[in-house]
Amino acid sequence: MSEPVYDVVIAGAGIVGAACAYACSREGLKVAVLERDFIGGGATAAGMGHVVVMDDSEAQFALTRYSQQLWQELASELPADCEYVRTGTLWVAADEEELIEVRRKHQFYSQRKVPSEILDSRSLDAAEPQLRTGLAGALFVKEDAVVYPPCVARYLLERSRDLGARVLLGKEVIRLDDEGAAFEDGTMMKGAVMVNAAGARAASLHPDLPIVPRKGHLLITERYPAFVHHQLIELGYLKSAHKSTADSVAFNVQPRKTGQLLIGSSRQYGMDSPEVDRSILSRMLARAGQYIPSLPGLSALRVWTGLRAATPDNLPLIGRCPGYRHVFAAAGHEGLGITTSLATARLLIDQLMSRAPAISSEPYSVQRNIAVHG
Amino acid sequence: MAELVWISIDESPVEVEPGTTVAAAILQSDTAGFRRSVTGEWRGPVCGMGICFECRVAINGQPHRRSCQAYCESGMVVRTK
Ligand SMILES: Cc1cc2nc3c(=O)[nH]c(=O)nc-3n(C[C@H](O)[C@H](O)[C@H](O)COP(=O)(O)OP(=O)(O)OC[C@H]3O[C@@H](n4cnc5c(N)ncnc54)[C@H](O)[C@@H]3O)c2cc1C
Ligand code: FES
Repeated sequence: MSEPVYDVVIAGAGIVGAACAYACSREGLKVAVLERDFIGGGATAAGMGHVVVMDDSEAQFALTRYSQQLWQELASELPADCEYVRTGTLWVAADEEELIEVRRKHQFYSQRKVPSEILDSRSLDAAEPQLRTGLAGALFVKEDAVVYPPCVARYLLERSRDLGARVLLGKEVIRLDDEGAAFEDGTMMKGAVMVNAAGARAASLHPDLPIVPRKGHLLITERYPAFVHHQLIELGYLKSAHKSTADSVAFNVQPRKTGQLLIGSSRQYGMDSPEVDRSILSRMLARAGQYIPSLPGLSALRVWTGLRAATPDNLPLIGRCPGYRHVFAAAGHEGLGITTSLATARLLIDQLMSRAPAISSEPYSVQRNIAVHG
Repeated sequence: MAELVWISIDESPVEVEPGTTVAAAILQSDTAGFRRSVTGEWRGPVCGMGICFECRVAINGQPHRRSCQAYCESGMVVRTK
């Protein structure tokens, strides 16, 4: 008896693979998802789950905004354990210089119809009493949210299964080509279209993909209900996070629905081991303590690390892989893959169905980064 | 004999010997329990040596303090749940 041929074979069951599986299954396509570990076992379970509109570039804005709106649509059907809460984001300005950035950001968002509001020093104190006094102000971006990513990935795959998708866990793909996915034991799963959604490991399947791991640390505390109310990020983040050379830390705190706090963030290149690095962890916590003075008195439960899949221009790779006819990439989402997973899936399915996408898919095409072989 | 230490546990005054841990003071008082778990069960000290975190209470407004590791000090305000 011959194995069936799937319409779409997806390698990786992180949030991106899961979102792609759901989008394809909803079109009536026959989908298989192959995951070497377990659902969300990569960056998806290690991340923060902040659904955030960003403005580093027009392309990043377009993708994050489109995706954030898709999250708002999905929210009503998500089960409670996905913990979707529209907390909004407060981009905190420490001084006058950062306040200029608040005004610029406010104008950028207003022109593009993203609801936001400038808080002065006093209204910031009132909104978040745990922040130290004397901060200059903040930009409140209202439609940003937080979710619990691994449960969302599981939910999207359950829905895909209801629609007929096959999800195989503990199944490592060693080769993904125009025929299908190949496994260690010499067997294969055939597909009409293959999708590399292997996150930070995507380049191990297709070495041409310009993806390198970028390590991050997170800490979770005991339950302190209503300690803070919004996702809090320092505006200085923009200055520190995207330098591709040095290690960096930034103040980034997220209130969970449970009352717990997630504290980040750090970025380190050239490291793919999961060990906690005490020196960058203490730098990260010291940074957070500069914004929330009572932070050192909180009780921590766990610290862990995760690997972001970084690309040279901080935009993901969505589209056909050069050198293949039927292999697509959906990877390289760096620190925004929870946010941009839903839009990624839409851009992919629109491409597979030869439909016009809601936003231009050009800036995320795989070709843009890869030198054409001569 | 050293002077006794006064603390307040859930708004009731309690008098203990100096060097008494908060956990011991709670056990000496007629407080019902230490804390409730996420699912609402009563919890109380198990290990007595700072490992199990079952004895947590709020001390001077700070939640999640291990009562077996804190000594009573005069005027301390302790809250169980
Ligand atoms: C510390 C930290 C904080 C973050 N915070 C946020 C945030 O607040 N907001 C946000 O939007 N994003 C955030 N991110 C980024 C986000 O977590 C990632 O971009 C996102 O999870 C990427 O999803 P993915 O599905 O592409 O990758 P992954 O979740 O890594 O999934 C890839 C999957 O592929 C599997 N796989 C790999 N190779 C193979 C193979 N050969 N065969 C089969 N399976 C394979 C892996 O086991 C894994 O399960 C954060 C990341 C980190 C590390
Ligand atoms: S009784 Fe175990 S930590 Fe206090």
